[in-house]
Amino acid sequence: MSEQPTIEVRNLRTHFFTKAGVVKAVDDVSFSVGKGRILGLVGESGSGKSVTGFSIMGLVDPPGRVAGGEILFQGRDLAKLSEEEMRKIRGARIAMIFQDPMMTLNPVLRIDTQMIETVLAHDKVSEAEARKRARAALVQVGIPSPDERLKAYPHQFSGGMRQRVAIAIALLHKPELIIADEPTTALDVTIQGQILFEVQKLCRESGTSLIWITHDLSVVAGLADEICVMYASRIVEKGTVDEVLDHPLHPYTRGLIGSVPSRNVRGRPLAQIPGMTPSLLNLPPGCAFRARCPRASEACLVEPEMTAPLPNREVRCFHPHLETVAA
Amino acid sequence: MTVYLIRRLMQSALVVLAMTVILFLGVYAIGDPIEILISPDADQIERERAIAALGLDRPLWEQYFTFLGNALQGDLGRSFVFNEPALKLILQKMPATLELALAATVFAIILGLPLGLIAGLKPDAIYSRVIMATSILGFSLPTFWVGLMLIMVFAVQLGWLPSTGRGPTAEFLGVQWSFLTTDGLRYLIMPALNLSLFKISLVIRLTRAGVRETVLMDYVKFARAKGLSPNRVIFVHVLKNILIPVVTVTALEFGSTIAFSVVTESIFAWPGMGKLIIDSIYVLDRPVIVAYLMIIVFMFIILNFTVDVLYSVLDPRVRLQDQKA
Repeated sequence: MSEQPTIEVRNLRTHFFTKAGVVKAVDDVSFSVGKGRILGLVGESGSGKSVTGFSIMGLVDPPGRVAGGEILFQGRDLAKLSEEEMRKIRGARIAMIFQDPMMTLNPVLRIDTQMIETVLAHDKVSEAEARKRARAALVQVGIPSPDERLKAYPHQFSGGMRQRVAIAIALLHKPELIIADEPTTALDVTIQGQILFEVQKLCRESGTSLIWITHDLSVVAGLADEICVMYASRIVEKGTVDEVLDHPLHPYTRGLIGSVPSRNVRGRPLAQIPGMTPSLLNLPPGCAFRARCPRASEACLVEPEMTAPLPNREVRCFHPHLETVAA
Repeated sequence: MTVYLIRRLMQSALVVLAMTVILFLGVYAIGDPIEILISPDADQIERERAIAALGLDRPLWEQYFTFLGNALQGDLGRSFVFNEPALKLILQKMPATLELALAATVFAIILGLPLGLIAGLKPDAIYSRVIMATSILGFSLPTFWVGLMLIMVFAVQLGWLPSTGRGPTAEFLGVQWSFLTTDGLRYLIMPALNLSLFKISLVIRLTRAGVRETVLMDYVKFARAKGLSPNRVIFVHVLKNILIPVVTVTALEFGSTIAFSVVTESIFAWPGMGKLIIDSIYVLDRPVIVAYLMIIVFMFIILNFTVDVLYSVLDPRVRLQDQKA
């Protein structure tokens, strides 16, 4: 790891200061993504993975804000930049793809308007040049008859096509980092496969780093290089995809993998993690997963730290499943 | 689109027909114009001659069909009082009212939209709360009282603006307009402001609600994630979406503004249709009342139609549905 990572997040804290109290949506999250690498950020709804993405983009809406930590993008701390400096990075150096393609494109503006404005927001080029780039981006993501499609409105596209347009917009400035917030969750499985393939190919070709936020382990399995599992605002396990999926150390990761239906035997009740995610408003002290964990003990009443029981593996647990690795 | 237009036109024709029946029955059920029009000491023969001359001796259904037949030829009857075609009387007064209503609508948009935007973008700021509180006043204060207060302050106390009449006018397209002369403009400001008070408040509240809803949408966040400037996000991405309800309501309100300019016109002695209809109601000048109401019905139908067309200009999704129809 001599090369500087594209993005390095250190002890990020993003809190929402609501009337009911402080919600620590992201608490002490650290990770880094190298050039051309793909990081899978996995977790249940409300575990803080999307807020982590928005924190990097500087798009956390009030009452939330980044309350601590560093977001080093090629060495620069994004958390310290002014709004205008951040604007210049958004869309140009770091792009984001959203979850629901039906909602990400403005319904009353044509595709060309929405693409050309993105080009012009960062580069002083003529409108004709911007249009040419927009067209090229559509071709790149595999949209047929791009000239015609540029003049269309979002509602004239299918969900998969809209997501391709959103990806094309993200690619317009050849960003160093793309944050994809569950971009395939709302799509059919076949379309999902196509999009995954395209994104993977584009990242390999252009050396773009990617943070892929998802709750779907099967998506990450085929796509990511590394994986971070989030639970209740914290990263509980970190490692390469193969290591984490084959030998999960944290009981929560194990439960997640066990919950994927295809891994269960037909006829038996589906495996599940008992209980539900705790409210972030008043987290009990100690390990947040304690109440649902089969291995919980007295020790878990204290908040566990991130430890590295094995080389290149990190886990936030007092009782990691080390026996599976030994076998 | 053609099929849709034809269907809409037929619906409109039915509405107009239904309105003629309701209007005719309604107006003819109240009061006896003869009592007002003829001097009390006229004898029986004179009375009957007058009744026959006005066609009031015939049965109601016959009067209705005569009216309907004439109306189809563009004749809405003759005023009992002025003995002139009712339509002509009203059309003479119409430009004054139209001008007033247009000015009020312009006020509503140039004041309501920016204020609503401010209040929607910073809902917790003190100035936003002031805007919203004031808009409640705009809704709830009676027009006539506000009109009188405006006159008290700006005409009587400060003497800045004239309180009654239309002032000098200039001709444009064969019609007299106040706004073309600087002095006429001074006459126009107060009545227009008075009439637009309710509409300004309405536009403020609509805009604010629209902004607050729209800024939470994913496409606004995506627009920001693209690195667009805040101005571009607000004035293109947000504003274009909230214009749809604002245009609809403003256009529909234009009809009510004309219909209900009666109060403002009375207070500021603005020589428009509203003042004419009030005078006609006093003397039960039935043809003028009916003609006026028919014109209002027509206006609402045309406005609704225009709104539909405008809608498809603003919202591309509506256009697609039209093609399917």
